[in-house]
Amino acid sequence: MNIAVLVKLVPDTEATIKIDADRRKIAAGEINFVLNPYDEFAVEEGLRQKEKAGGQVTVISLGGDEAAKALRNALAIGADEAIQVKSNGGLDMLGIAKALADAIRGRGFDLILAGKQAVDDDCGAVGAMVAEFLDIPHVSIVTKLDIEGDKLTATREIEGGVEVFEANLPALITAQKGLNEPRYASLKGIMASKKKVIEEVAATISTPKVEVITLTYPPQRPPGRIVGQGVDAVPELVRLLREEAKVL
Amino acid sequence: MDSGYKALDYLKLDELLTEDERMVRDLVREWVDREVIPIIGKAADEGKFPFHFIRQMAELGLYGPTLPERYGGAGLSEIAYGLIMQELERGDTGIRSFASVQSGLVMFPIFRYGTEEQRQKYLPKLASAELIGCFGLTEPNYGSDPGSMITIATKDGTGYRLNGAKMWITNGTVADLAVVWAKLDGVVRGFVVEKGLQGFSAPETKMKWSLRASVTSELVFDDVKLSADALLPEAKGLPGPLSCLTQARYGIAWGTIGAAMACFDEALSYAKQRVQFSKPIASFQLVQNKLVEMASEITKAQLLNYRLGQLKQAGKMTHQMVSLAKRNGCEQALKIARMSRDILGAAGITYEFQSGRHMVNLESVITYEGTHDIHTLAIGADLTGIEAYR
Ligand SMILES: Cc1cc2nc3c(=O)[nH]c(=O)nc-3n(C[C@H](O)[C@H](O)[C@H](O)COP(=O)(O)OP(=O)(O)OC[C@H]3O[C@@H](n4cnc5c(N)ncnc54)[C@H](O)[C@@H]3O)c2cc1C
Repeated sequence: MNIAVLVKLVPDTEATIKIDADRRKIAAGEINFVLNPYDEFAVEEGLRQKEKAGGQVTVISLGGDEAAKALRNALAIGADEAIQVKSNGGLDMLGIAKALADAIRGRGFDLILAGKQAVDDDCGAVGAMVAEFLDIPHVSIVTKLDIEGDKLTATREIEGGVEVFEANLPALITAQKGLNEPRYASLKGIMASKKKVIEEVAATISTPKVEVITLTYPPQRPPGRIVGQGVDAVPELVRLLREEAKVL
Repeated sequence: MDSGYKALDYLKLDELLTEDERMVRDLVREWVDREVIPIIGKAADEGKFPFHFIRQMAELGLYGPTLPERYGGAGLSEIAYGLIMQELERGDTGIRSFASVQSGLVMFPIFRYGTEEQRQKYLPKLASAELIGCFGLTEPNYGSDPGSMITIATKDGTGYRLNGAKMWITNGTVADLAVVWAKLDGVVRGFVVEKGLQGFSAPETKMKWSLRASVTSELVFDDVKLSADALLPEAKGLPGPLSCLTQARYGIAWGTIGAAMACFDEALSYAKQRVQFSKPIASFQLVQNKLVEMASEITKAQLLNYRLGQLKQAGKMTHQMVSLAKRNGCEQALKIARMSRDILGAAGITYEFQSGRHMVNLESVITYEGTHDIHTLAIGADLTGIEAYR
């Protein structure tokens, strides 16, 4: 099976985010970037499907240096090939999806996987739009995926139950937590990833239809306080919740 | 997923690392965050080594990573190896000790002093943790002075007979094989002694208050019959085992700073949150002084380790340089752990926090692989040309 996985690098969820002087993007500066956690599920699913059915996994990322870093991370986990869709920004979600679809089209992928959303901007739009551009079936926020021949069965959790879809390949799936337990990279994987060449293709340019006007910080919260440890701290905590916070 | 750990990098050493080195460091850091930190306090409290870590570390590729790939290694740089040790000990000294012993004290001597058959037979299985190893040099009556050891090998037909005992041996009880140093015709030689041989036993040392999440044992050899291929032919004399210790001490120099970084991070975030006299304790000058001392010593040691790694990579590292880094790392990490423990107040004496555990662990590290004072004398001898330890 010929599998593609769309990946993106995002700020570490623990990172303290600073807004850039132009107030339209976050400042690159000191923050640590990691592979988007939902993309980790997508990469893992790609590897598992490949291990079952044979074939290969190609990871694809759009962007500049950070995209190359995302790709190396995915190669270190075990992906076979990587494509960087080179872009210096300036694209909106639709433009990103279009550029990715253009890079994917014609490469004969049977299955395309992506995270259900990137945890930085939380748009959750790119996966579905790529599927639309490619005119292939799409199931979002999937927690279980079975593939038999050229047919897939995908399960997604909905309010109060589960929904099960069937679709023919090629298809696009976006991964939700619970789909699998992602593996770690390995030292050998890291060293082997260095020997792999990342294919570069230029992103299709398009004029954005939406634009970020301004970013602002969430309202400041007063710092937390540790009142004690373990069971012994409970009475004091209850007292404070009752008398100070007045929530009990 | 994330423990919230923020590694101190005051002088932006990160910029000096290669991309692979950073990836290796981040991988081990993430593993420690996810797997080690959540359970290690309980493991230490119960005095149990978390055995499932052995296989997990093998899957990551942490055993013998600087060895060539044909022996199960990954051909990593020395700095990457150091970073692995730093991150493992940020979790716990016991976890780092396990990996240090397997890599530096078992795989290294087999690689360096073994025959091609011995390498083929043992190294890939040690890398995958199908086999666990230990290193027996110290004896009940010979610690700092291993050259006076009394464990003895005698020729017996084509093979040997081994008699004696080793003490304070990390992983001894759980090991499938022991690299044992014994005198043959008055010369220190290395032997690979496999578990299950008649006369070989390895009882565990109990009642420890340091390195509680690590197995420490005695090795007893009561007329153990060894075949001819048990001997590591290329090591003759004390420099053999000492060269292994140089490998492991290099890892300790990095590891201790990992423990110190964990303590600093814990002390800093606690000091910013803990309120006394209506202010965070971090706002008091005495507390800030402690935090600054910690950060300064960590930063100095990080630079020292980085340079030592460059020298090791270039083949220019001397064992006295390692003595300096090991000695400094242990001393400073222990001081930092104590300072952090102090900043944590009463909370610092529990396993809910890391600093107390690191503090008692580091009491072992300042003793094993050459005590602080023995390293002082080794460097002293190098500087003055006069040996003061005998
Ligand atoms: C948890 C743990 C794990 C260990 N794991 C291993 C292992 O896997 N394999 C192994 O072989 N060993 C291991 N050891 C043993 C360790 O290497 C020894 O404990 C160490 O070398 C010191 O020896 P000793 O305990 O006999 O102390 P001693 O040598 O008796 O020293 C006692 C004190 O005397 C001082 N002293 C000794 N000689 C001099 C001198 N000439 N001048 C000034 N002061 C001196 C020392 O500095 C120290 O303060 C381990 C130890 C511990 C605690």
